[in-house]
Amino acid sequence: MQPVVLEPRRAPVTKRPPRMSLAARRALTAYAFLVVPVLFFVGIRILPTLYAFGMSFFTDDGQGPTLANFRAMLADDTFRRALGNTLLYVVITVPAQMAIGLVLALMIGRVRHLKGFYRTVYFLPYITSVVAVSWVWRLMYDPNSGIINEVLGWFHIPAQLWLRDPHEALLAVSIVMIWQNMGFAMLIFMAGLEAIPRSFLEAARVDGAGAWQTFRWVTWPLLNPTLVFLAVTGVISALQTFTQIENLTGGSGGQAGGPLNSTVSMVVYVYNAGFNDFNLQYASAVTVVLFLLILLVTLVQLKVLNRAYEY
Amino acid sequence: MARRTSIGVWVIHLLLWIGVVVVAFPFVWMILSSFKSLPEFYQFHFWPAQWDLSAYRQVFTETQYGRWYFNSIVVAVVVTASELFFASLVGYTLAKFRFRGNQLIFILILSTMMVPTELLVIPWYVMSAQFGWVDTYWGIMFPGLMEAFGVFLMRQFMFGVPDDLLDAARIDGMSEFRIFLQVALPQVKPALSALGILSFLGNWNAYLWPVIVVSTESMRTLPIGIGMFSTADNGGLQWNVIMAMSTLAVIPIIILYFIFQKRIVEGIALTGVKS
Repeated sequence: MQPVVLEPRRAPVTKRPPRMSLAARRALTAYAFLVVPVLFFVGIRILPTLYAFGMSFFTDDGQGPTLANFRAMLADDTFRRALGNTLLYVVITVPAQMAIGLVLALMIGRVRHLKGFYRTVYFLPYITSVVAVSWVWRLMYDPNSGIINEVLGWFHIPAQLWLRDPHEALLAVSIVMIWQNMGFAMLIFMAGLEAIPRSFLEAARVDGAGAWQTFRWVTWPLLNPTLVFLAVTGVISALQTFTQIENLTGGSGGQAGGPLNSTVSMVVYVYNAGFNDFNLQYASAVTVVLFLLILLVTLVQLKVLNRAYEY
Repeated sequence: MARRTSIGVWVIHLLLWIGVVVVAFPFVWMILSSFKSLPEFYQFHFWPAQWDLSAYRQVFTETQYGRWYFNSIVVAVVVTASELFFASLVGYTLAKFRFRGNQLIFILILSTMMVPTELLVIPWYVMSAQFGWVDTYWGIMFPGLMEAFGVFLMRQFMFGVPDDLLDAARIDGMSEFRIFLQVALPQVKPALSALGILSFLGNWNAYLWPVIVVSTESMRTLPIGIGMFSTADNGGLQWNVIMAMSTLAVIPIIILYFIFQKRIVEGIALTGVKS
């Protein structure tokens, strides 16, 4: 806003009061449109973020800023388990769902009929409720009467304990995540493949390149931005795994994350610390670590993307 | 040559069909299981011995399922409407107005995209406890009323709205708000529908925040209702009831998805590519 300047009195002229310039009036409109959203983002996102950081440096005994929560975290076996499991979820699910998604996109790209049908069906799990599908999978994994063991039995493969076996449970949860997310990868790959100019592929064919060579030297490099996008969004969402684990492993006498903490993830750990044990400061400290992990992934993404555009 | 390609294509179709079975089977299994009686779950049965509707009866007589459905619809519709309105208003303003602080506000909003919900739920909970928002519709909805991603997306699309169109409306004497509503918004319909679909699905399926802020049975949304009912230890899992609940929650979404699949699939691909 301009400061008000008193002007020397002029001869009274019958003029309207000075009007704001067009630019100033439009700026005022913009501020009027933005005032509520800016208050919202500051009040509901930014201040709470700072508050969470602040909380993580305090404990219940009223001591001033301290690193006690972070020290307790490092000393806690369950936290280390949660961190390790979370990284396992990332390492297992992201490459698998991307590889399956890419193969599906390439296969659907090769057929002429039923393209839309395949795309629709493969994408279906991505839009359905995680809670509902987790319970269906939990039923299918049931060691005694689940259909998965039944089908394995047809091939004389012994029944597995799946979610009840500490060595298999994390893999069983990962399979559900892959099943649900591969359709998204497929969809994004399909869009990425369609964006590749046909003339490039034809030029490669004219030069005598086979299917594999064309894929390796034309398609794959041009898919780079798609790969980076899927890798980053996949890693970030795998770092935040929660709902599947709660519903696949929770209840019936056991806390989610079992058996023996074999499936506990960072967010499940946060939830148990914050809302079962009601240690909100400690839980905040864990979310700060999660935030830093996600930030790291984002920074790596920026670096990789910049490099991709260099050549 | 022609023969070889056609065999190749048949093999691809075959593989894709195997995939279709794997992907779709859990949904078929969910529906079949919802019609079984509870004892049937102790041995393996493929088809229900007889199509038993008692699970569905139990859903509506023993739980507040109807209420959860209503809650889910209210939350998803209100939050989606709010997000669409504010995302496009802010996106439009940032794209089409020149004023001091434009960049700053954009960066401020964008920076909130890096903060995961998990970090925010604890302060939100403290806030809700302080202001009496726990276990209310407002409490469930307030965090989602605006999203940075939506602002980012709509800003991208609003850049594409021709300035001439807006100026013409100004010369006609339209108010700035009406120009936004009646001239700019219709230009970005595809983006609005894409964002609307994403937001609706996200809220319909939301779990982490609602499970924290809801404390009474009657305020649960569908995912919380299903999850809480199923994990509650009331003498073993009532699989048929759980499957009936899941079926009722999932089938309407699947039907809507098949009706609008082109728009949904393309909308999600569009937002994925744009970002």
